[in-house]
Amino acid sequence: MKYSVTLRVNGKEQKLNLDARATLLNALREILHLTGTKKGCDQGQCGSCTVLLNGKRVNSCLVLAVMADGKTVTTIEGVSSNGELHPLQQSFLSHDGLQCGYCTPGQIVSALGFLNEPWDKTPEAVQIGMSGNLCRCGAYPNIASAIEEIRSSIQEAASS
Amino acid sequence: MNHWIGAPIDRADGILKVTGEASYAADFNFENLIYGIPILSTCAKGKVVKIDDSDALKIPGVLTILTSQNTPEFFPAKSDFGTASQMGEIRLPLQDETIHYAGQYLGVVLAETLESAEEAEKLVKVLVEEEPPILEMEKNLSQAYSPKAFFGEPLPVIRGNFEKAFSEAEIKLEEIYTTPVEHHNPMEPHASIAVWDGENLTLYESTQWVVGARNVVADALKLPREKVKIISWFVGGGFGCKGFIWPHTLLSSLAAMQMKRPVKVLLSRRHLFTTVGHRPATCQKLTLGASRSGKISALKHHTITHTSFVGEFLEGSGGASQNLYDFPNLQVIYQVVRLNKGTPTFMRAPGESTGLFALESLLDELSYKLKIDPIELRLKNYAERHPETGLPWSSSNLKECLQIGAEKFGWKNRNPDPGSMKQGNLSLGWGMAVSMFPGFRSPGSARVKILPDNTARVESATQDMGTGTYTTMKQIAAEILSLPPEKINSFLGDSSYPAAPISGGSMTSASVGPAVEAAAKKALQHLIDTAIKDKASLFYRCSPDDLQAKNGNLIFKTDPSKAETFGEILLRNNLPFLEGEAFIKPDQPDKKYAFQSHGAQFAEVLVDPYLKTIRLNRMVGIFDVGKILNLKTARSQAIGGMIMGIGMALYEKTVYDLTTGRVVNDNLSDYLIPVMADIPSIDVEFIDKPDPYFNSLGVRGLGEIGITGTAAAIANAVYHATGIRIRDLPITLEKLL
Repeated sequence: MKYSVTLRVNGKEQKLNLDARATLLNALREILHLTGTKKGCDQGQCGSCTVLLNGKRVNSCLVLAVMADGKTVTTIEGVSSNGELHPLQQSFLSHDGLQCGYCTPGQIVSALGFLNEPWDKTPEAVQIGMSGNLCRCGAYPNIASAIEEIRSSIQEAASS
Repeated sequence: MNHWIGAPIDRADGILKVTGEASYAADFNFENLIYGIPILSTCAKGKVVKIDDSDALKIPGVLTILTSQNTPEFFPAKSDFGTASQMGEIRLPLQDETIHYAGQYLGVVLAETLESAEEAEKLVKVLVEEEPPILEMEKNLSQAYSPKAFFGEPLPVIRGNFEKAFSEAEIKLEEIYTTPVEHHNPMEPHASIAVWDGENLTLYESTQWVVGARNVVADALKLPREKVKIISWFVGGGFGCKGFIWPHTLLSSLAAMQMKRPVKVLLSRRHLFTTVGHRPATCQKLTLGASRSGKISALKHHTITHTSFVGEFLEGSGGASQNLYDFPNLQVIYQVVRLNKGTPTFMRAPGESTGLFALESLLDELSYKLKIDPIELRLKNYAERHPETGLPWSSSNLKECLQIGAEKFGWKNRNPDPGSMKQGNLSLGWGMAVSMFPGFRSPGSARVKILPDNTARVESATQDMGTGTYTTMKQIAAEILSLPPEKINSFLGDSSYPAAPISGGSMTSASVGPAVEAAAKKALQHLIDTAIKDKASLFYRCSPDDLQAKNGNLIFKTDPSKAETFGEILLRNNLPFLEGEAFIKPDQPDKKYAFQSHGAQFAEVLVDPYLKTIRLNRMVGIFDVGKILNLKTARSQAIGGMIMGIGMALYEKTVYDLTTGRVVNDNLSDYLIPVMADIPSIDVEFIDKPDPYFNSLGVRGLGEIGITGTAAAIANAVYHATGIRIRDLPITLEKLL
């Protein structure tokens, strides 16, 4: 069965005729060819496929694409604007918060979602709030410091 | 000196990776693509009687299903590491009906969409004649064989007279240490896209070895090797399971040739637990004789491990005892049992990671028996020369590693009595262990091109799996060409570039690095030769010795104001590029030195005295790996190795159902790898002294050493906290109850 679905992906409206079985992840990767979002486990256990759905982070492998009809989707391709890295992307780069890079899009998009969630304003909260995104290369300490730099700068900006 | 080698510059491929633009194998898309999903055996031993694909074929979009009934013949590829064509599993897929392990490929569904392929795969009914599988190595020891060699090194290893020295020893210890099957689980599942144009086969692969993949595929399909090309620009982690060539790569290739359309075979997470290797379990009995002062006179390291019925592998755990300490009387013996499991393979620091867990735990036990500080005990047994060959070390800084690590960690404040140190209500445990990995090198080649726009490119058929190769190779070229690294691009992961070895054995930097250095020197030489023959050049008829490169210019050494850019010289001579290519082989004829990396790791754990929960609180790792090519990426890699070691120590274990032989925890919720909240502060430092004899760069590589010793350091810390010695990994809380 095919369904007509409208997704607003990275600010662009996409009218698609999708297989009911297609996950949001597969639709992004195989239909829209937005391959920045990665498939690590296809069962919601690794976080590599994290995207923002209406601004909230989700594992896109656990969302059927038809369920995202009419919603906004932000993928890693939509994080930088006009060729400028988002401060979080720059922070990952400077802190070397990546090695093989496969989990990185998921980590960055997940961190964007995390920073908008009501967590405690502490480095420990980063550790816990980001534990759904696995990294087998073991870049965790660098990922943590990359996110912490942005988190604390947002906090400073808010308090000044 | 330009000081580009060693500089902690940002990862060269970092921008592509943080923007999602880096293309891994599964990210390539082609018109008219077919999706392939493998069908796995759920039975571990037996014979396929019938494969009923009638329901599967009814799914719209399903094109065909390849099984042994309709798959053409593969040709046995030479499975030989030395000639760069090693298969992970020797058996060729879909050629017969015999089942050797659960998870073995019985077929592949080919369909127009991923959804159709996945649904159809579930509808394929396989009728098998089952036999009871052999799954436990300890219960099948009567079937064990003793390997005669390990990668050319004869086995068993006998040094001195163990029996005599042991019988005369004042102190005797014998303990058994066990490690479970572990799986690499890189975040990127293997993918293979095959594109066949009727003559040439191009494969987009997740591989640590583009040259090996090309050779195996070409040989198995009887294609000339020059007609096969492997692209692996980005690899989402490997750790060994993308080293050798596994059957899915042959399936995608064959399917593309059959269907005359591009075929994308995607492995799912569960496939990574069956057909792409694992670290086999080990049961290691260590028998030790020592003097009361702590000098170890006799050691026997007896390893029982397993391989499959369709491949050869040996987890060389005894190498740790063979190569690290001055053990004058030594026996290293192995027994290997064939099991109905997939074929094991290299996993990060194969041999050393499991072997050092045993040896470095045993030394901790001895330190308690003798009431000697664990560091002092290691110094008493320090090998002034390589213990196996008697050769002097080219460079060994183990003592410095121990000293710096102890200072950073605050080791002198340790009260050695188990359970004596507290943090609040929790028991504090401090443990240490030595890290070690031999220095390996292979022949490697590279090409460096200087381009008219004052940039350069480095080309080599090596790989970057997160190891930093894109970055370090251009730093080496930058150093020689005196061009800033941002003016140089590395091109790797393509089998049509100059040949390079497998990215394994921590040898890429030491094998490919010197080739990049030599190629850059040749390219620069060509540039100088061009300039001095060019009448329009400032340097016409000058002596090459008077010239040097400086910031993208050729200058007079004595008068740097006289300068021409590289581009000017190329453009004036209508040259699209000037290149140098180099093939560098290790100098082996007169083995004068032994090459080995060393390190020391220190761990602090907190154990709840009632609930027995174990929390890792901090770690320190000091490593001597020769010259560091990039301090930033090196530090990341060493930390990453230690984190995989933390997984080995506390979490990782593949569980097999002992009736069916299937993996019970074949997913990332049940096979536990460390998450961010598990990881404490990790302090890493390098000795950073060039190895004077290993290669022109003095680099030894550091992919593996980070994981070695970690599990022992943590196990020793747990003992210090609790007084309970855990000799069976992983250290989970029920073992402390």
